[in-house]
Amino acid sequence: MPASRLGLLVLGLALAVVPFPARAAVEAEPPVRESWPHQGIFGTFDRAALQRGFQVYKEVCSACHGTKYLAFRNLTALGYTEDEVKAIAAEYTVMDGPNDQGEMFERPARPSDRKPSPYPNEQAARAANNGAYPPDLSLIVKARAGGENYIYSLLIGYEEPPAGVTVPDGMHYNKYFPGHFIGMPPILQPDGVTYADGTKATVAQQARDVTQFLAWLAEPRLEDRKRTGIKAMLFLIVLTGLLYAYKRRVWADVH
Amino acid sequence: MAREAPPLVLQSPTLRWIEHRLPIIGFGYQHLVAYQTPRNLNYWWNFGSLAGICLMLQIVTGIVLAMHYTPHVAHAFDSVEHIMRDVNWGWFLRYAHANGASMFFIVVYIHIFRGLYYGSYKAPRELLWMLGVVILLLMMATAFMGYVLPWGQMSFWGATVITNLFSAIPLFGESIVTWLWGGFTVDNPTLNRFFSLHYLLPFVIVAVVFLHLVALHTHGSNNPVGIDLGKKDKIPFHPYYTVKDMFGLAVFMIVFAAFVFFAPNVLGHPDNYIPANPLVTPPHIVPEWYFLPFYAILRAITFDILWIIPAKLGGVIAMFASIGVLFLLPWLDTSRVRSARYRPIYRIFFWLLVIDCFVLGYVGSQPPEGWLPTIGLVATLWYFAHFLIVLPILGKLERPLPVPESLSSPVLGRGMAAAPAE
Ligand code: HEC
Ligand code: HEM
Repeated sequence: MPASRLGLLVLGLALAVVPFPARAAVEAEPPVRESWPHQGIFGTFDRAALQRGFQVYKEVCSACHGTKYLAFRNLTALGYTEDEVKAIAAEYTVMDGPNDQGEMFERPARPSDRKPSPYPNEQAARAANNGAYPPDLSLIVKARAGGENYIYSLLIGYEEPPAGVTVPDGMHYNKYFPGHFIGMPPILQPDGVTYADGTKATVAQQARDVTQFLAWLAEPRLEDRKRTGIKAMLFLIVLTGLLYAYKRRVWADVH
Repeated sequence: MAREAPPLVLQSPTLRWIEHRLPIIGFGYQHLVAYQTPRNLNYWWNFGSLAGICLMLQIVTGIVLAMHYTPHVAHAFDSVEHIMRDVNWGWFLRYAHANGASMFFIVVYIHIFRGLYYGSYKAPRELLWMLGVVILLLMMATAFMGYVLPWGQMSFWGATVITNLFSAIPLFGESIVTWLWGGFTVDNPTLNRFFSLHYLLPFVIVAVVFLHLVALHTHGSNNPVGIDLGKKDKIPFHPYYTVKDMFGLAVFMIVFAAFVFFAPNVLGHPDNYIPANPLVTPPHIVPEWYFLPFYAILRAITFDILWIIPAKLGGVIAMFASIGVLFLLPWLDTSRVRSARYRPIYRIFFWLLVIDCFVLGYVGSQPPEGWLPTIGLVATLWYFAHFLIVLPILGKLERPLPVPESLSSPVLGRGMAAAPAE
């Protein structure tokens, strides 16, 4: 038996099976499979989509969801200029202090500040949302099985409940949410935002854009990482080839 | 074709002066250059040096991570995100460390199964093998505690489930768990001590690896033919195996880099990107992939054994016994032939064991529903039967193929043709 061949096969199978422990999402439908510009080895973010997504996030989602790892200065990565970032920051007020009198005071946000959260704490967030807690969205794309596909599906997944199913008060029916009843209302509306670049703001368009923005927010170093990865791979492949040739030469007299 | 490295000649007077007082250069020369190595080792023998390199990489990336990490329940998660977002090359360090742990386990598991296939645990290498099992245990403890550090949901709940196992110990169980936690739940004191131990244990591993190598160099490497080799079948470690190991390392680095740069989260669990929350239990608590077979064994015992051992304790005993049995392996395998190459029946059982471990891994990854608990129990029983029943009996019953006297002696049995591997 070619032991080594079989061993590799088994290892390959294991790598294929083991890392994906099925997390049975209580009778939820599997998310739709979309393709994303930042996917794949050469994938990069679509800056225009990120800016549109940020607009959706800012005008819609941020009413209920915080993004505690988002500092305004990070927005330059979406293609905004320093001045635009300053202007965006200035729309918000943050608590600062204590000042010389020992008092806390409010001031307009600066690019170095983090974007303030809509609620002071979890209790306040729950109180305002029928007891459901709108999670921080900074890492949401990496924190859900299915990633981008799941977030996108969730946002477009609201529908009438099937006959015979009664949705509890304050809940909504979403076919992609585990358990189907979600505390978040179907928040995206056609033309709910007006895109500066003239893109038509369908629900699906907004969902795609905001999902890409959230993917960037979850992994802001993604482009760096892949670019470095390609260089590292090229280097390693050449190195491997050279070492193989050298190894053959050294071993020539043993064989 | 006997080959030996030339004796060490130190030209430089300074080096000679040092060597005369502290013979460290000669020591290095003897063990890394001149060391006589079988000439027929195949690529499965690369995984030992790879494991050593994995350990070094974990230590280097870990120490730099520790410069930016904060072991406090209120800051741990944030500090890891700070590393990922704001520290220069922080994302690389963190992904290299997290995936490095997975790579380390893949390498060590292959290294262990190599030993099982070629009988490397047999005399005179019993202690070498047992030190290896100690390293495995220490690695498991280190990786378990490391996984708690980012303080995500799986960190917290994994720590809770695993530490709770100790409550199964009769009489003292609850007190032991409280003592381990440093309180009445997994909390800040737990995180602090786990960080302290996570920093310490890798250096303990380094020490055991040193002993492992002392034992190795006492009788030299086993080899695919599994016989003791004479001088003419050995070659100096350098340059032959230094260059071969370098080549293997480069191939390994390609695989490692593919994960770090292009799929850094596939081996992890999404729930660990949710900050730990003691009030919300995740629907399925699963350990990291490299613990899944053991997790399946733990959960396989769902019934009280002989009315005296409660199911939970039974599971814990089975899990520890699954590694404990490896300590006894040199005496459980009664065959005098080392290499599976000359043991046709053992070879079948070897592959059955490999498959069994994958089945256990799969069962461990799934919620215990339907047929899975039964399959898990059967696979667990098979695991123990392999070591405790099959190996002792097989050694007595199996008729091995003729084993050659040396690598260059006339062909006695099959398998000879393949002996001088690259
Ligand atoms: C009216 C308040 C509100 C707005 C506006 C809102 N959400 Fe939510 N969201 C919630 C609540 C409440 C939950 C928790 C739902 C639950 O757990 O049942 C939630 C949950 C979520 C989840 C987590 C679902 C899961 O798998 O646990 C995501 C993702 C999400 N929201 C995305 C968004 C996005 C993107 C937007 C903007 C397009 C948005 N939300 C706007 C209230 C809101
Ligand atoms: C045997 C070697 C080691 C193994 C197997 C190992 C394993 C791990 C694992 C699995 C994690 C969790 C990674 C994650 O999911 O984020 C981790 C985290 C961590 N380790 Fe190690 N580690 C080792 C050595 C070290 C050493 C020597 C240090 C030095 C102090 C260290 C410092 C850290 C720190 C600070 C973290 C938290 C940051 C993070 O989660 O990325 N590790 N380790």
